[in-house]
Amino acid sequence: MHDVLRTRVNDFAVKLANVNGTGSASANGLLMQAIFRMGIPVCGKNLFPSNIQGLPTWYEIRVNKDGYSARALDYDLMVAMNSQTYDRDIKEVRPGGYLLYDSSWPLDPDLHREDITFLGVPLAELCNKNFEDPRTRILMKNIAYAGAMVATLDIDMDVVNALLDEKFAGKKALRESNHKALQLGYQYAKEHFDCPLPFRLEKMEANGDKILIDGNTATALGAIYAGCTVAAWYPITPATSVMDAFKGFCEQYRKDPETKKNNYLILQAEDELAAIGMVLGASWNGARAFTSTAGPGLSLMNELLGFGYYAEIPAVVVDVQRVGPSTGMPTRTQQSDLMMAAYASHGDTRHILLFPANPHECFHFAVKAFDLAERFQTPVIMLSDLDIGMNDWVVPRLSWDDTYKPDRGRVLDAEDLEKKIGKFQRYNQEDENFVAARTLPGVSEKGAYFTRGSGHNKFGGYTEIPDEYQEVMDRLKKKHAAAAKFIPAPELVPREGAKFGVIAMGGCDPAVREALDQLDRQGAPADYLRVRGFPFGEVVERFLAKHDFCFVVEQSRDAQLRSLLTLETAVPKEKLRSVLVYGGFPLSSRHVVQGILSQL
Amino acid sequence: MPSIAKPIATHPTLQRNSLGLTIRDYEGSMSTLCAGCGHDSITAAIIRALWELDTEPHMVAKLSGIGCSSKTPTYFVSGAHGFNSAHGRMPAIATGAAAANRDLLYVGVSGDGDSLSIGLGQMCHAIRRNIRMAYILENNGVYGLTKGQFSASSDIGSKSKRGEPNRMAPIDPVRLALSLGATFIARSFSGDKEQLVPILKAAFTHRGFALVDVVSPCVTFNDHEGSTKSYKHTRKNTLRATQADWVPPQSEILAQISKSGTTSVAMHDGSVVNFSAVPKDYDPTDRRKVAAYLDDQPANAVVTGLLYIDPSAPDMHELGQSSPTPLRDLAYEKLCPGSAELERMQEEFR
Repeated sequence: MHDVLRTRVNDFAVKLANVNGTGSASANGLLMQAIFRMGIPVCGKNLFPSNIQGLPTWYEIRVNKDGYSARALDYDLMVAMNSQTYDRDIKEVRPGGYLLYDSSWPLDPDLHREDITFLGVPLAELCNKNFEDPRTRILMKNIAYAGAMVATLDIDMDVVNALLDEKFAGKKALRESNHKALQLGYQYAKEHFDCPLPFRLEKMEANGDKILIDGNTATALGAIYAGCTVAAWYPITPATSVMDAFKGFCEQYRKDPETKKNNYLILQAEDELAAIGMVLGASWNGARAFTSTAGPGLSLMNELLGFGYYAEIPAVVVDVQRVGPSTGMPTRTQQSDLMMAAYASHGDTRHILLFPANPHECFHFAVKAFDLAERFQTPVIMLSDLDIGMNDWVVPRLSWDDTYKPDRGRVLDAEDLEKKIGKFQRYNQEDENFVAARTLPGVSEKGAYFTRGSGHNKFGGYTEIPDEYQEVMDRLKKKHAAAAKFIPAPELVPREGAKFGVIAMGGCDPAVREALDQLDRQGAPADYLRVRGFPFGEVVERFLAKHDFCFVVEQSRDAQLRSLLTLETAVPKEKLRSVLVYGGFPLSSRHVVQGILSQL
Repeated sequence: MPSIAKPIATHPTLQRNSLGLTIRDYEGSMSTLCAGCGHDSITAAIIRALWELDTEPHMVAKLSGIGCSSKTPTYFVSGAHGFNSAHGRMPAIATGAAAANRDLLYVGVSGDGDSLSIGLGQMCHAIRRNIRMAYILENNGVYGLTKGQFSASSDIGSKSKRGEPNRMAPIDPVRLALSLGATFIARSFSGDKEQLVPILKAAFTHRGFALVDVVSPCVTFNDHEGSTKSYKHTRKNTLRATQADWVPPQSEILAQISKSGTTSVAMHDGSVVNFSAVPKDYDPTDRRKVAAYLDDQPANAVVTGLLYIDPSAPDMHELGQSSPTPLRDLAYEKLCPGSAELERMQEEFR
């Protein structure tokens, strides 16, 4: 007997195959949110095309009572709403699973599978009969299948109804048609199928006060809480929603109650060359400023990132990574900007990087990015990715410490300068972190200096003298190394009897954690280290030294994290083995387990 | 960009402005450009204009890109912060800087390579945003630092030092700016201080993007027979369309306005720009008439003067409805919604 036939509560995966631009996203989001509100751990992954309308798009919902939230690869239920992809969608259902399809049209007999159950719901027929407007008929098909799923999976109807009421609070007509469509699907399923299916939902209390949020929204919120006032950007998938959200929050929180004016300025730049230039200009002038982009944009920003590094100007760059090289696959996820980000620009450059693993960390790391950028007077790049940025994640509630004060770094004000005897020297008298004090324009003549990307000595003056040039470059290297103590410490998860180590970063985290539990059960326990930023520090060095060998799990063809570790730590190359999954979809624990076991 | 500190010895009889500063107080390091370079004359004009305007040196921010022209911010106002950015990227740096602090006077210096080739896009978009800055384009029609290549402003038929003629049509920054909706467009000649200083004063008081295209001969690579950006050619073909005089706020301006044949434009800060000797029917506030006038001039004419002005157009901050207090000066407490709001807001993420 297939295990799917045994009753399973709160442990299954559903895949919904849709056509993009038909309104399926709202139905899928509704289902995900309803399950979340039932207190059950859930994750949703949107696998969508780089297109506005008409191409196949999928949404996966995984429910797991133990809280595993990586992508599942076995689908208990396929909701096949796209006849173009019936073929492959039907193949993906696990043996013993179910397929829900629109039975308004007969299914091609060639597609039949003996080992799965077909659930036909005449969605188009139902909607055509009950709705007049052609567009409404199309949209409501989605809500109708959601209704059928409420019945087949035992989703709490009260929760779904409440969600629809909230969503369409001010829109009576929409609210009514949604409720109606939901009932059409629900009733049909109740009458024609044995509901619920052997896998179903049951209320839990696992979500506590957790929230459902995407990483781009959380990043934008972090920028708001960090006190960022200037943002410059160029539209790009999958980073656009960072700025959309930032704008939304600004409209909400940054309208000055007294002046009625905006306490922010968002600049939609002509390209990413300009976007980073604007951020540097604003930061040079004392505002907290950031830009959000993706790989192609980061490529363009290289030139001025080098400028920011060398002239020591703060800048915060959020890179929501997508699949490269070149245009690559804009709506798919990868971690392949790492090496470029670490050493962006010509010449000897190295940057501070942050690797959030989920939206919760996006919020806190965004704030951290501003503090680090100003403390170290240098660009800081936060490497998020499409999976973290655009998918909704269940994460612990965000909290804020009201005693937080932005770390503005070493900036001399008019009073400091007044006390100063002699000329201000921009790159002289560094502190214990090799950071020299800067001054802001418009404060005092005594603080005036010339910011330049050309060769300069520690006084800020132009130089072509080898020793003077090297003195500054050597300090910059030490300054970068000093930042290791200030970036978020790596997360270390030791395991009893560990035989080797596993290293990962960013969005690989849920899949790796799940994989490590599975490996443990299979007799291959391993310690886990999740790096959360660059430069790497002592903890990383110790972890590498302690283990005979480590697996580095990452989403790039060229093992970029492994490369960076071999370049920037003392680890011998042969101690690091790679598990690489870089096709563009979020990682699953199966990839990790198989990747590791095949090399043990 | 090597710089040589200038010995400061102020003669006791030097005139002082209302801040008590002499013109020497607006100087910078010694120029390291070639002797006779047009750019040095422009630097001198900038120094004079800022001194005459009683500008506080620390309230100026000097920005530039890369090239001979972009070296010059070191040579004026040593009491101001300077930003020598990357090639063609000055407009974006200036945009960000102006976004952070709307109270400074931004003086951008660029060249024809920096502005019309590598930085053309950025310059165009800075114009569109109407950033409050004076953008001085020191135009010599040649790449000097890399030894004499044609630039995008080289005229058809203009010859390089080796005698090779340029065959591609030039980009005219004045016509370009006019079509992009620029709110202040002027052209002058580095050798015409009498015209250039008042234009710069008007540019520095303009609330918006002020483009000042200055033909500035390159004595080393583009001052020979056959060049259309040489001293000789420019002097011969200059056509002074307008002479502008900048009159400070609260001055007795009535007498000047009444002069026949003048047009007066009130600037945002209360100052006035008087146009004298303008051609018949020339209206520097009418974009179409300005364009028509330029069309009517001979092809080789170097039309100079403050050619177009619209002091009423909203600048970047007005377009963005941003805070009257510079954004960088807003207290953090004003910017952070706090823990209670974060707690409340998260009910929406459930």
